Order: sequence, then C-alpha cells, then structure tokens
Amino acid sequence: MKADATLDCSGLYCPMPIFHTGNKLKELEAGQVLEILADDEGIKVDMPAWCRATGNELLDIEEEAGGYKVYIRKSK
Amino acid sequence: MPEKVTLVIFSGEMDKALAAFNIAIGAASMGMEVSMFFTFWGLNIVKKNQGPIKSRGIMRKMLNFMNRGGSKRLPLSKFHMLGLGKWMMGKLMRDAKFPSLDELIAIAREAGVKFIACTTSMGIMGISKEAFVPEVDRFAGVATYLAEAKEGKVNLFI
Repeated sequence: MKADATLDCSGLYCPMPIFHTGNKLKELEAGQVLEILADDEGIKVDMPAWCRATGNELLDIEEEAGGYKVYIRKSK
Repeated sequence: MPEKVTLVIFSGEMDKALAAFNIAIGAASMGMEVSMFFTFWGLNIVKKNQGPIKSRGIMRKMLNFMNRGGSKRLPLSKFHMLGLGKWMMGKLMRDAKFPSLDELIAIAREAGVKFIACTTSMGIMGISKEAFVPEVDRFAGVATYLAEAKEGKVNLFI
C-alpha cells in the first residue's frame, strides 16, 4: 500500500506507538495515509481501537515476519 | 468538546505510577483531555528529586524525612526487595526501550496532561508548593476533581 509518510515504532511498547502516531498524524493533511511499522503484538487490536476513538480510518494491518505494517488515513 | 479523563493518583509506587502515566498518555493521544490528581502518597511521584522537603513541626519533619518522595525514589509495590527488585525492573524497562518514569512525566506534560496536587494532603503533611516539579501547575481540592470527573468518560483511582 502506498503511504504519504512512514513512522517507525519498532521496538516500542504501548503507549508509545499510539502516542507517536497521534503526533505524526498532526503533520499530515486530511486524506493522507500514514504507514506505521511496529512489532508489539498489542498493536493489532490497539490501533483499530485508537482509530475508532479518534475517528481516523484504519485501512489495513499487514502482518509480516517480525512485525506489523499499519495503514491509517487521516480523516480530518 | 473533547472527552475528559480523570485519574486520582493516591499511590506512590513506581509501578502504579507507570500504569497511571501509560493511561494518561494513551488517552491524550486519543484526543482526550486528561487531568491527573495527585493526593496522599501519590504526591511523592511529582516531588522534586533534589533538596530536602522543608516543613514545620517535628512530626512533619520526620514524615517528610522518611517519606521523601521524588520520581527516582519510588519503590515497587511488589518485589521491591530493598531496591534490588526496582533496579531489575528499571533494567528490564531500559532493555525494552520503555521510557523511564521521568520521561513519561515529560511526555504526558508535552501531550497536554494537567497535573493537579491536592492541597489537603499538602497541608496535613506539611508539603509546600516548592517541593513539586514545575509540571504541577494547579493546587486544588476535591471540588476541582469532582467538577472534572462529573464530565469525565473515564475516571480512575490508582
């Protein structure tokens, strides 16, 4: 998936990935896509929850060897 | 209007403080307005690490000598083992690249979390405003807490 920006949260535990995601999204325009790299398994359920609460759109979570790639579209 | 989260931090142990700051930072990152009310032993978390706590009266002097506080002096609530357990937990956290309590305090502040110290506890224990880190920006009582909690979606006592 094509992203407008990438945020590397590898090696970070909760709550740092969602904290950095929130900050990074502030730099993007509405409609742009952020790719987040993470390896804490909690991200699989945490990021959908974070998106529901903040109103951003979760596009996809790709599971790969050694980590996850999360794609979020900024809504507003 | 952002949703409100209030946390009463009653306990002064490092592990409980970590949990509290985790929730505070997570909530702030979700666009929620977070207030942390530090009371009783929880005040220890936001005391300065440097210098003595000045207070009047022999009982308060004794209390503040034994209950010095400061983010670097907090024990673990379990397996403290005279500091050995705490040292090991600190090492595990560093190895896992998890932020220290001091870093979490700074991150929470940067994320807009409000720090409020309970003036009743301060009065009873004889702790002055100067004893606290500059992140503590409000000194208030239970009405301030309840006014926030009444509008809060999530209110926790830690």
